[in-house]
Amino acid sequence: MSRSLKKGPYVDSKLQKKIEALNKSNQKKVVKTWARSCTITPDFVGHTFAVHNGNKFIPVYIQEAMVGHKLGEFAPTRIFRSHPGVKSEKSTTPA
Amino acid sequence: MARIAGIDLPKNKPAEIGLTYIYGIGRSSAKDILAKAKVDFRKRVAELNDEEVAAIRAVIQSDYKVEGALRSEVQMNIKRLMDIGCYRGLRHRKGLPARGQRTRTNARTRKGKRKTVAGKKKTVEKK
Repeated sequence: MSRSLKKGPYVDSKLQKKIEALNKSNQKKVVKTWARSCTITPDFVGHTFAVHNGNKFIPVYIQEAMVGHKLGEFAPTRIFRSHPGVKSEKSTTPA
Repeated sequence: MARIAGIDLPKNKPAEIGLTYIYGIGRSSAKDILAKAKVDFRKRVAELNDEEVAAIRAVIQSDYKVEGALRSEVQMNIKRLMDIGCYRGLRHRKGLPARGQRTRTNARTRKGKRKTVAGKKKTVEKK
């Protein structure tokens, strides 16, 4: 279910303020954030965010193509370390 | 023989069904196309005359993205997701479902045939 168009995209207001300040002063600083659900707006392009994944901050450099996605999509919260059996199988038959 | 968008249409089927053999055209868009081309949708493909086929072809050409162009568009969309490294892209890379489905069981469409991993045998502990 998509969000109502009337509301516009969800952008974390504090984060937006910070980015506006950075854009005005033409600075590039890594912005630490927990706002994973914040939509990436065109203003964010070229900045680097440190997005929290529940454990640590993942640096995310915003490219043009990322606009419209959420910050959290680029900071995975789960790590998958292969299954014990599969590992040996892969090494014998590399695909 | 009607040949539209590089696909031979089956002769004996109604035009509405026959058009769905083209990738990117389903029942409802087939109906739309026939209505726009002013062709009776109950007509069989073999009964279509050259003018009607030309009209259908023109409608598809102008309003629809089909076959190769559509396939490559879909591929490009997936590639974009993979290139920006977002969650959906990662799932595509791993060949797992991308929309939050469970993978503990099922998900066979994405994962392919079952690969059984020899399980650990339960060892009886001696005291």
